[in-house]
Amino acid sequence: MNGRGALMACARGFAVSWLALVSIALSVLTIVSIAFITLGLGVLTTPPLIKAVRAHANRRRLLAATWSGVTIRAPYRPLPADRRSGVTGQVELCTFLLKDPATWRDLLWLQVDMTAGYAVSLLAFAFVPYGIEGFVLAAGVWQPIVNAGGTYWYAFLPIDSQGTALLAVPLGIGFMALGATVSPLLLRGHFLLARALLDPTPQMALEQRVRRLTETRHDAVDTSAAELRRIERDLHDGAQARLVAMGMSLGTVEALIEKDPAKAKELLAAARTNSAEALAELRDLVRGIHPPVLAERGLGDAVRALALRMAVPVEVDVELAGRADEPVESAAYFAVSEVLTNAAKHAGASRMWLDVHHAEGMLRITVTDDGRGGARITPEGGLSGVERRLGTFDGVLAVSSPSGGPTMVTMEIPCALSAPRAAG
Amino acid sequence: MRVVVAEDLFLLRDGLVRMLEAYDFEVVAAVESGPELSKALAELEPDVAVVDVRLPPSFSDEGLQCALQARRARPGLPVLVLSQHVEQLYARELLADGSGGIGYLLKDRVFDADQFIDAVRRVAAGGTAMDPQVISQLLDRRAQDKPLGRLTPRELEVMELMAEGRSNTAIAAQLFVTERAVAKHTSNIFGKLGLPPSDDNNRRVLAVLAYLDRG
Repeated sequence: MNGRGALMACARGFAVSWLALVSIALSVLTIVSIAFITLGLGVLTTPPLIKAVRAHANRRRLLAATWSGVTIRAPYRPLPADRRSGVTGQVELCTFLLKDPATWRDLLWLQVDMTAGYAVSLLAFAFVPYGIEGFVLAAGVWQPIVNAGGTYWYAFLPIDSQGTALLAVPLGIGFMALGATVSPLLLRGHFLLARALLDPTPQMALEQRVRRLTETRHDAVDTSAAELRRIERDLHDGAQARLVAMGMSLGTVEALIEKDPAKAKELLAAARTNSAEALAELRDLVRGIHPPVLAERGLGDAVRALALRMAVPVEVDVELAGRADEPVESAAYFAVSEVLTNAAKHAGASRMWLDVHHAEGMLRITVTDDGRGGARITPEGGLSGVERRLGTFDGVLAVSSPSGGPTMVTMEIPCALSAPRAAG
Repeated sequence: MRVVVAEDLFLLRDGLVRMLEAYDFEVVAAVESGPELSKALAELEPDVAVVDVRLPPSFSDEGLQCALQARRARPGLPVLVLSQHVEQLYARELLADGSGGIGYLLKDRVFDADQFIDAVRRVAAGGTAMDPQVISQLLDRRAQDKPLGRLTPRELEVMELMAEGRSNTAIAAQLFVTERAVAKHTSNIFGKLGLPPSDDNNRRVLAVLAYLDRG
């Protein structure tokens, strides 16, 4: 561990130790507020306090991840969306929050954080300043202290003269050197302690997983039902109608062919036009269900072909050692298609970059454009549709789009690749 | 002229064979799978092959791969590729070796027998037959292109037909103008796009296609 890392750990330990004060305040307020529920007043004060506790815990989760690389997941149940307004709603919310086991674990964590957590973070901080004290003592500060109260103990070193005071210097250096190794470990220890209480229990994690699966299954069923409806409508109004018209024309041709060959010829031409249009419509429909290039070549070439069809130049970089499962390929293809189309249509992009690669069991797709930015995931927008589609495969979507651009959409789908299918 | 036909759907294969025979082609083999096609192309040495992109047993782009492979073994082997959908990606791969004798058409084009047979003959003669959809996709992508913007609407029309692989005579007939007018448009187009002029029809087509496909 280098000196800078040790100093960072020291400073961070210092910062975290102060957060214990917040823990104390929140703990006292929340416990009092919960006690006041019986008097009625607590119903109004408890929910905001619990939310504050969660925010406090979430801040610690963030610090744990950024400072020590300790991942702490959030176990909270999502708040019910259809809450009633007024006092009834408030009571509902309060009950809901109190029923969530995560609330009680948070409270327990507050107790631990203000005691053991505080001690560990303070210890992470202490080594460097204690080492500095050795220098300060040696510089002459020992004299007034010893004059006032006799022998001063610096750790295990009794200081009563300049000679012994000078010995404090190597000891101080020793403390700092020790701190260089121990401080980061102690800081990490603090976050591990927090994780023991803030991370969801296996039970909670399962509960979360079931909730997520139920949600994505609903979405998947809804999406595929909507797709089928669209296909039915397209076939009904398009190809089917055209075939009916063709059949009719051909029937008339049969009747006319001897009486009025010229007219029959005209009708035949119309029938041919109809069949060409039916084919064109079917082709578009097929592209919307499962693009032929995807079936023929897999995801890599399918997105290349897609990029070639965009009006805006797209630079494509694909690195795939094999093929993913067909449903995953299809979802990824339509996601890319939607994002590219969005960027070309709404962002006014003049260039786009598409990167597709597979690493560590994840299919990672990044679409960047130089458009005006400001893209958001709105409930009715195309991006949230993509998010839902990917959700079925436990995939995620993230958008970074500062106003003024550039926009970067990142998608990740966990999947395995199979060996490339042999051609021929 | 000796033709090999590869198409897995019986109705379509039968139709193609009938049509080709009606126009005095000799269909030396009508096959339905990739391996059979490879074998026929290697052994029968046809003058031209009409090939469906998607063939059994894998139902991926097996026809296309067989055609490309046969052309590597016998450069310039004329191949007309048919598909239910056209992709610039495939067109680019087919044109990559720059040796001509390549056709890439939507299956719909067989509806117009005269035009389709014309395309087969062109390809057999070492020319090019690109589907109008490929050309329009290429043009869509180059909407911002400055040199293209300088072409007059008539010149653009001529260029589209030229990119499809039509000869000056055919373009003149289609646009109801004289061949000399077409030749004048052609030289204007090459001047405006900065392409080296050439009297060889096929080389001109490939130059225009390469220009459109560029970046």
